[in-house]
Amino acid sequence: MEIVRPQNLAGVFDALELSPDALLLAGGTDSMVLVNAGALRPDNVISLRNVKELKIWDGGFIGAGVTYARLEHSDVAALAELSRTVGSPQIRAVGTLGGNLGTASPAGDALPFLAAVDAAVELVSGSGSRVMAWDEFLTGPKKNALEPGELILGAHLPDVVPERTAFAKIGVRQAMVISIASVCVTRDRAGITTVAMGAVGPTVLRARGAEEMISGEAAPSEAALDEFQRLVSEEARPITDHRSTEEYRRMAVGVLARRALERCLA
Amino acid sequence: MNVRLIVNGEVLNAEVTTPISLLKVLRDELHLLGTKDACEQGECGSCSVLLDGDLVCSCLVMAADAHDLPVTTVEGIASDGELHPLQQALIDHGGVQCGFCTPGFVVAGADLLERNPSPTSGEIREALSGNLCRCTGYGGIERAIQSLIEVEER
Repeated sequence: MEIVRPQNLAGVFDALELSPDALLLAGGTDSMVLVNAGALRPDNVISLRNVKELKIWDGGFIGAGVTYARLEHSDVAALAELSRTVGSPQIRAVGTLGGNLGTASPAGDALPFLAAVDAAVELVSGSGSRVMAWDEFLTGPKKNALEPGELILGAHLPDVVPERTAFAKIGVRQAMVISIASVCVTRDRAGITTVAMGAVGPTVLRARGAEEMISGEAAPSEAALDEFQRLVSEEARPITDHRSTEEYRRMAVGVLARRALERCLA
Repeated sequence: MNVRLIVNGEVLNAEVTTPISLLKVLRDELHLLGTKDACEQGECGSCSVLLDGDLVCSCLVMAADAHDLPVTTVEGIASDGELHPLQQALIDHGGVQCGFCTPGFVVAGADLLERNPSPTSGEIREALSGNLCRCTGYGGIERAIQSLIEVEER
């Protein structure tokens, strides 16, 4: 096995040219699990540990190599909250935003936030870069639009992130758990509300009907909150698997969305 | 390829030919058996070490990617044959039963006290949330850490 540990993107692309099939290794929290199980045997590894462009976190841009330990300190409530729920301190120290995007699991904790704020994903290759909307990038369960020779540079948030944001997830314990259902809700001063749901569909999903309904409510009544919760559950597309059931996920995502909305309204 | 690690202040070299984890190199090549090998998925924390100052699961670090970085294992927590105060406190408060998870808790707990000498109960639990113990029920482990806070406050 050969490993290179470039200091910058130019070094990554030089290495990729020599070995296009190389494993791009960042936090390792997904890829090393596969390596340990014997399911992944890369002959060539490009470590992204020292690539400085990937570590940039500058207001509206979050580099793919920014760890959840850093994002815990975000002043955007939902981003700080979701980062604090990722794995454990050991996982947050190394796990990166780019890892959630690259793995593209519907349960990735950062993805509902990126969807709720309509973030864009920037991909770079030796020949340039392209920026695409989150829902163009995330194409299916563990599938994304990344092409060979490309890597994820980071995510662009909109110029203005809504003033109130909240994240909630549920699993079998409070830490070190993969979401059974997760949700991110944002609400701006005009009442415009977005809702993104994780782990209840093939990719992260927006609950557009619920958004439209609650955005028209300046001060939602209990009945409006009930209807919002019902619509969120209705718009989920969960499955039954080893982690939970379709019925439970559908119910839980509505409850979580309502609680997150209530935090935005408080 | 040769991997050079600075383990507990000592420069050590290992030859690796596969993408094996830092955990495997620590145990199988460098014979530092304090760091335990259990889940190899980052779930249990028994392989916790400090890598370049960060608490990490050594099973999730590719050894070759740790080249030239400082590593602190549980063997580096005690100094000159003296137990770290947390190690003694774990003994005193029944924080050790089978002992398998203990090295991970020692590394994670010592790291917490280093960064935050007076953690709240919630902060202790959060700091140890990546370490699993199947024997003690965690009560003794939490009391061991709390006992050190009380000592420091006097």
